[in-house]
Amino acid sequence: MMPHLRHAVAGLTLSLCGLFGADDACAERLIVSVSNHRVTVTPNYSGEELVLFGSVERDDTAAAFRGNYDLVVTVSGPRTDMVTRRKERRFGIWINADSRQFLNVPSYLAISSNRPLDLVASPDVRRRQQLGLDNVLLTQRIGTDYADVVASDPFRSAFVRLRTEHGLYREATSAVTFLTPTLFRTGIPLPAEVPIGTYDVDIKLFANGALATQTQTAFEVVKVGFEQFIANTARHHGLAYGLATAMMALMTGWIASVVFRRD
Amino acid sequence: MQLYLPIADIPVNVFLILAMGMAVGFVSGMFGIGGGFLLTPLLIFIGISPAVAVASVSTHIAASSLSGALSYWRKRSIDLTLALVLLGGSIVGTILGVLLFTYLRTLGQLDLVIALSYVVLLGGVGTAMFYEGLRAIARARRGGNPTLRRPGSHSWVHGLPLKMRFKRSKIYLSVIPVNIIGLLIGFIGAIMGVGGSFILIPALIYVLRVPTSTVIGTSMALTLVTMVIATVLHAITNHLVDAVLALILMIGGVTGAQFGARAGLRIRGEHLRLLLGLLILAVGVRFAVEIAIRPDDLYTVRDAGGAG
Repeated sequence: MMPHLRHAVAGLTLSLCGLFGADDACAERLIVSVSNHRVTVTPNYSGEELVLFGSVERDDTAAAFRGNYDLVVTVSGPRTDMVTRRKERRFGIWINADSRQFLNVPSYLAISSNRPLDLVASPDVRRRQQLGLDNVLLTQRIGTDYADVVASDPFRSAFVRLRTEHGLYREATSAVTFLTPTLFRTGIPLPAEVPIGTYDVDIKLFANGALATQTQTAFEVVKVGFEQFIANTARHHGLAYGLATAMMALMTGWIASVVFRRD
Repeated sequence: MQLYLPIADIPVNVFLILAMGMAVGFVSGMFGIGGGFLLTPLLIFIGISPAVAVASVSTHIAASSLSGALSYWRKRSIDLTLALVLLGGSIVGTILGVLLFTYLRTLGQLDLVIALSYVVLLGGVGTAMFYEGLRAIARARRGGNPTLRRPGSHSWVHGLPLKMRFKRSKIYLSVIPVNIIGLLIGFIGAIMGVGGSFILIPALIYVLRVPTSTVIGTSMALTLVTMVIATVLHAITNHLVDAVLALILMIGGVTGAQFGARAGLRIRGEHLRLLLGLLILAVGVRFAVEIAIRPDDLYTVRDAGGAG
């Protein structure tokens, strides 16, 4: 079975407005802000929802445009390599038979828009702008070839489905709300199993199915205090951490034998 | 009460973990085993990655086997010489096991090997113990002598060279089978994430004819040392020991073990073996079912470099 390969094209945006948000040639400008740029994971962290606010600034040349804007927000978490495996029945038991490696893919991915993506832009634009889980670039290594495959590829769709079940991938086509024709907000739900690191937020504004302008912002998810201390020590001082943990175990065992001593 | 685990990177309910530690501690106190073969699958079941579960359970077993070993030490029922000879083989076995563990992880077949070894070992040991327990009960019903095994009976194992005297156990035995058993326990422990006393105890009793008075204490002393080594090794190589998870588990574990030990004293030995056999068999069957029936989801996603 040969998967239809769609060769990886670097996400190069050809729109001038996209690259130079404040350029004079642009009719619209996006101003956005995330409710919290630093999400802290504390002992009682169990998921959090961030809010992204923004507004579309229009200059005089835009006055001609009377239609409604469409907005697509893509939040991508720290990138990592993942493996998707498929089980098959061999010799009467189910074993991992085939696998695909996904290279440098976002550990978290949330795509929000104000209406279904097929109404926002044509399939061609959606693919070029990587709008939606079906169009985001997920590079696989197949043998020596590096490529993304069609959205219906069984490994790709299983990967997206499993990440979605864990709340790590998400496509919500009604999550962006326009409060006024130019003022919008959307939620960014972070699950309990949140990956630690920097999250890029990509906001793209569409008018009449074409990219009008885009902007980026970011936030980070960090461990603080006790969580950070433990995680750092475990990572950077493995031996000391191991010895301390073993000592803790021995102390607990010894205390228990003293407390519960009956002879 | 939810608590975010710093290494496992997921929030868990503290009372659930505490209860799991207590339940497994109860079982381990009752039968004199570490309980890793119960705790590791339980932790994986609640969503902790297999590698973190294996690493943190070893810390938990270190704590519970120390409190057990101390009380056996006071009763003078630990054969230190025997434990040391076993340990020699066990360290080599652990290193070999860790190497195979790493290799299988790159192949993507670690889950299968863990499941298969649970099925084969737990199924085998569980069936044997269950059968032996039933026979002992039947013998007791007929009014016969419940201890038919004479400690003096010899097998080919006792004909091997390099003999050594183990004073506390009052046996005179070749170091070769002792080292081999230690090696196997270390190897199995590293692969399955268990202390291995559920295999060590029967091996000491049935193969080496170690008297029951020193078996459990010696097994606990060996488990204590190997699990401390395993904790430090896991911390250095994988950075996956979750100290917070381990602490909650061990607090539950040592408490549960006290009640388990008291309950164990009130149950007759053959009934205890029957129960333990059933328990071990049940875990083995659960793993057999898992690999024999079609899984709900044929696909799994894992971090390429990380857990499991």
